[in-house]
Amino acid sequence: MQEAMIKRAKELLADGSVDRVIGWKRGEFAYDITPAVFTSAEELEHDFVFDDFTAANVSKYLVKETAKEGKILAFLKPCDTYSFNQLIKEHRIDREKVYVVGIPGGPKLDIEKIKAKGITGVLSVKNEDYTLKIETLYGEETMPFSEAVLDKCASCKSKKHVAYDELIGEDGDVLESNRFDMVEKLENMTAQERFDFWRGQLSKCIRCNACRNVCPACTCENCVFDNPKSGIDNKAAADSFEENMFHIIRAFHVAGRCTDCGECSRVCPQHIPLHLLNRKFIKDINELYGEYQAGADTTSRAPLTDYTKDDCEPSVVHERGVE
Amino acid sequence: MQRIGVFVCHCGTNIAATVDVKAVAEALGHEPGVVISQDYQYMCSESGQELVKSAIREQKLTGVVICSCSPRMHENTFRKAAASAGLNPYLVEIANIREQCSWIHKDIATATDKAIILGKAAVAKVHLNTPLSSMESPVVKRALVIGGGIAGIQTALDIAEAGFDVDIVEKQPTIGGKMAQIDKTFPTLDCAACILTPKMVEASQNEHITIHSFSEVADVKGFVGNFTVKIKKKARYVDETKCTGCGLCTEKCPMKKVPNEFNMGLDNRSAVYIPFAQAVPKVATIDPNYCMMLRSGKCGVCSKVCSAGAIDYKQQDTFIEQKYGAIVVATGFNPINLDKYDEFAYNQCPDVVTSLELERLMNAAGPNGGTLLRPSDKSHPHTIVFVQCVGSRCDDEKGKPYCSKICCMYTAKHAMLIREKYPDTEVYVFYIDVRTPGKNFDEFYRRAVEQYNVHYIKGMVGKVTPKSDGKIDVQASDLLANEQLHIDADMVVLAAAIEPDKTARPLATMLTTQMDTNDFFTEAHPKLRPVESATAGIFLSGACQGPKDIPETVAQGSAAAAKAIGLLCKNSITCNPCVAHSDELMCNGCSSCEKVCPYGAITYIDKEFRMPDRTTKVRRVASVNPAVCQGCGACTVACPSGAMDLSGFSNSQIMAEVDAICK
Amino acid sequence: MQVNENFEPVIVAFCCNWCSYAGADLSGTNRLNYPTNVKIIRVPCSCRVNPMFILRAFQKGADGVIICGCHPGDCHYTSGNYFTRRRITLLYSMLDFLGIERNRTRLEWVSAAEGAKFAATMEQFTADVKALGPNRRLEDLRCRKQ
Repeated sequence: MQEAMIKRAKELLADGSVDRVIGWKRGEFAYDITPAVFTSAEELEHDFVFDDFTAANVSKYLVKETAKEGKILAFLKPCDTYSFNQLIKEHRIDREKVYVVGIPGGPKLDIEKIKAKGITGVLSVKNEDYTLKIETLYGEETMPFSEAVLDKCASCKSKKHVAYDELIGEDGDVLESNRFDMVEKLENMTAQERFDFWRGQLSKCIRCNACRNVCPACTCENCVFDNPKSGIDNKAAADSFEENMFHIIRAFHVAGRCTDCGECSRVCPQHIPLHLLNRKFIKDINELYGEYQAGADTTSRAPLTDYTKDDCEPSVVHERGVE
Repeated sequence: MQRIGVFVCHCGTNIAATVDVKAVAEALGHEPGVVISQDYQYMCSESGQELVKSAIREQKLTGVVICSCSPRMHENTFRKAAASAGLNPYLVEIANIREQCSWIHKDIATATDKAIILGKAAVAKVHLNTPLSSMESPVVKRALVIGGGIAGIQTALDIAEAGFDVDIVEKQPTIGGKMAQIDKTFPTLDCAACILTPKMVEASQNEHITIHSFSEVADVKGFVGNFTVKIKKKARYVDETKCTGCGLCTEKCPMKKVPNEFNMGLDNRSAVYIPFAQAVPKVATIDPNYCMMLRSGKCGVCSKVCSAGAIDYKQQDTFIEQKYGAIVVATGFNPINLDKYDEFAYNQCPDVVTSLELERLMNAAGPNGGTLLRPSDKSHPHTIVFVQCVGSRCDDEKGKPYCSKICCMYTAKHAMLIREKYPDTEVYVFYIDVRTPGKNFDEFYRRAVEQYNVHYIKGMVGKVTPKSDGKIDVQASDLLANEQLHIDADMVVLAAAIEPDKTARPLATMLTTQMDTNDFFTEAHPKLRPVESATAGIFLSGACQGPKDIPETVAQGSAAAAKAIGLLCKNSITCNPCVAHSDELMCNGCSSCEKVCPYGAITYIDKEFRMPDRTTKVRRVASVNPAVCQGCGACTVACPSGAMDLSGFSNSQIMAEVDAICK
Repeated sequence: MQVNENFEPVIVAFCCNWCSYAGADLSGTNRLNYPTNVKIIRVPCSCRVNPMFILRAFQKGADGVIICGCHPGDCHYTSGNYFTRRRITLLYSMLDFLGIERNRTRLEWVSAAEGAKFAATMEQFTADVKALGPNRRLEDLRCRKQ
C-alpha cells in the first residue's frame, strides 16, 4: 500500500496536479509517526510512511495547508474523510485546493498496548497473519495483533470514504459498531460511581492541550481558553475546577460537530478516555434528536443549530437512567 | 480607572422597609471603583435624578449603578438622566432590589444581604460596560385593534380620526361586543343599541378602518413599530364581498333549532344567521356545526335563495399577514360559568337567570320582544330576587377574588326598570355591600331604593330551590334584621362575576405581555401607565385590563388610542443598541451563528488579515447587521470561539455578575 | 438524606428579559415570597445563557443553577428558547453523565404572567438544592491536589 501511495503521489506531483502531499513520516522510533508535508519525489521516497502506526488524522492540517498557495494531495483514511467533510461544511477547508486520495483505514496499532505487555526497546513491529513480530533491543517478541489495536479502531464506525477524488483500494461500508457500549455502561452506573469514574480520569489531566490541538473540530483561530476576553482563559490549575470546565466546554463546543475520530483519546498522554465525553453527546443527540453523523455530508444542519418544536425538555435527563 | 457612582433608592418604604438602604450604600461604597455611594428617598423623582446627574458631573463618573425597582420600570428614566448629564446612557446598570428583593422578602438582615449582593453584581457588570449608541428603526404607520367591542371600536375610531390606518380583528361575526347585548345603560337609562350602533356604522364606514370580523390573531412577530401579525379569517361560508345582508337565507334556512348566542341561548336562530339586525358587517355566517349542507351535503337552500350568489360551502379558513406599528388589546370580558353554583339552581331552573340573560329578556330585540316573561312558562313574574356577588369577592376556588365592579349598578338599573314598567312586581336585592362610586351612581341607587321601593336586603342568599308549583324558594339571611328569610320568587337573577375572555391568555403569550393571576392584562404601571402593557407598542383598552363600566371603557379606549397615535406619529423609534457583534480576529467563519439567527442578521464577508510574518491572508468572517439584529444572543452561544458577543450583555459582563453573586 | 438546616445554598437564576424576568418582577409585585438564596441575572433571552456561565457559577461556588425562559413557542425572539432547550438538555445530560446531582440544575419555562409559578419554582428548587447540600462534586471532579 505504501508503495502504491508513493507512486501515485509522485505522479500527481510530476504532472502538476498538486504542489504538495500530506501524509506521514517516521519519527525517532518506528512507532512514533507524525503527519508531514512532502514537496518532492525525493522526500516521498525517503520519508513517506504508511503502516500500522499511521493513525493520525491529517484533515485538520488542511485548514492551514489550503490557506496557502497551490494544491495539496491528502491521503485520507475513511474516518479522516468525515472530519474532512465537517471542515468543508464549516468553511475551514478550501475544497478546490485539495486532491483527496482515499486509502484503506485501520485497524491501527497502539504502542502503549505493546508496552503494557512488558515489551520495551521496540525497534520495529511487523504484522504477520495477525500476529505481531516485534523486534526489540532485547530480541524478538510476539503478541496477537488484536490485543494491540487502538481503542478508536476497535470501535470503528465506518470503512466508507465519504469524500474523495480517487481511491486506492476498495471502499468499505458503514459498520455496526459497539462504540457506545462504554457510554452505556457508565449511564447504567449510579451517579456516585460515575462521579468516581470521572474524578479518577479527569484528575489525571495535565492541561497539555494535546486533545484540543489534535482535534479536527477544534480549529478556532483563537480558542476561548486562550482568549483573555472570554473570561475563562485560565491555563492549567488556577483552581481545581479548571480541567472540568475545559473538558466539558470543549466537548460542548464540538457537540454535533465531532465526527468521533477518537484522536483526543489517542493523543492524551494521561490516557483519559476523552472520547467518551464526545460519544455521550453523540449518543444523546442520536437518541433525542434523531441519528446524526457529523461529517457524513457537507450540507445537513448540525443538531445544535437546529430544533423542532416538540423537542424533549431537559427533564428527560431525570426520566432516564439511574441517579 | 473607573469612577462608579452607586445610588440606592428607598422607594418610600417599598424598599426601605425591608432593606437597610444605608447599609447597602455603605457596603457598595467599598466596592472597587466606587467613588460615591448614596441613598435617597425617591431616586426616580426629579430631585433624585438631579442627585445622580450632579454626581455624574461633579465626580466625573464613568459608570452608574442604581439600586431600585426593576429595570423594566425605570431603566430608561435613569439612562435618560445619565445622558442629560453627559454620560453615555448604557453606562447605567440597575440592581433590582424592589421586585426581586424587598417585595419578596420579609427578614431585613437577609434581604439587606441579598440587596448588597445584587448591587455588587451590578457594580461588577458596570465595570465592563461600554458606551453604546442607538440606531433608528422605522415605524409602520398602521395599528391593530384586537377585539371589536365598544373598547376596540372607540380605540379604532380615535386612531382613524388621527389619520392612521387601523384594523379591527373581531372573533364574532359582528363587532359590537357585550354592549350590543345590553338593553339600557346606567345611570342615564339610555338605550345601549341607540348609542353603540351608530359607532359601529361609523367604524365600518371610516376609510381608515378595516374590520376583520369572524377572525382571530394567529401569530405575532416583531417588536414595537414593526409587528408582523398573522390573522386567521375563519371560513364563514359566505362571501363577505357579495352578501348584501338581506337575510333571505336566514329566513329560508330549514335548520332553525340553533341556540341563539346573541340572546344568551334564550331562543333559537337558523344555521345561517346574522347575529342581530344592526350587525356590522351585516353579512350572514353559516354555522358549520348545524348546517345540513356542510354536515351531510344535503340541503343547499340558502345557496338557492341567495340572489347575490354569496354562499360558498367550500370556503376555507384564510390567513392574511399585515405589518403594524402598534397593537391595542381590547379582548373584553365574559360572565363566569355558573355550573358549579348548585346552591342557586342555575342549571336546574330556567327561571334562574344571569343578569346578562335578563338584559336580553328585557330587550325589545330580545326573545320576548321586550316583555319580561319567565323563560319557563312565559308568564309575568311578580316577585323577582336579585343575588349580588355571585362569584365575585369570593375566596373559594369557584369564584373570583376581585369585585366585578359593574354588578351593583346594573342591578339597580334592572330593579328600577322592572319597577317602572311593572309596578305590580316586587323586587328584592340581596347584597354584601352596595358600591356606587362614580358620577351620579349613588343618586341612581338611592332612586331605586327611595323612589322605586326596591327592597335592598344586606345578606347572602343561601339556597335557591325550585318548587313544584313553578315558584322558587329563596332562602336568605337579612344581616341587619338578623333573621332568616324565605321568599317565594317567580324569578331569580344572579349577578355573575365577570372574567377576561378565554382568548386573552393565549394572546398574551403571543404578544409576550404580562397578565395577573386572574388573566387580566397587567398595565406597565398601575398608576402612571394604565393603558400601556409592559411590552413596548402593545396597549390595553377596556375590560381586558380589569372590570370596567362603559364610560370607563370608552375613556380607556380613547387613552389607548392616544398612546398608539403617539407612537404612530413618529417616523422612527430608537432601536436597541444591545446587539451582537463579531470579533473578526477571532471569527472562524464556521457559519454556526448564521444558522441560529432568527432575523437573518448575519452575513459573511471575506476579510484580509495581516499576519505576524507580514503576509496577508483572506478569511471568511461573520458580519452582523445591527439594524436587523434584535439582540437575543443565540449566536453568541453557537459560536465556539467566542468571537460573537452581545453588547450590553457580553460574556465578560455576565460572568462578572456570576462571580459577584457566587463569591 | 440528612439535611443541614444551616446550609444556605447559593443559587444563580438566569432569567430572560421578556418572560421570566418579568415573571420574577410579577411575583414581587404580588408579594409572593421565595428564598433569598436565589439571585437573578437578567439576560435578553434564555438562548444567551452560555454553558460557560453555568459552569462558571459552579466554579465560583454556586450550589444550584436554574435557567428560566419564555415557554416554547413564545420566545420574544421567535426561536431562542428552542435552541436553549437543546443546548441545556445536552449540557445537563453531560453533567449527569459526569455524576453531578441532577437537582443542581434546572430549566423552567416561566411566562411574564406566571409570577406565582416563578415563586413556587424558586421555592422548590432551593429546597431541592438544600437537600443536596453544598456542591462538592463539580469542584472535586478533579481531585484536590493535597
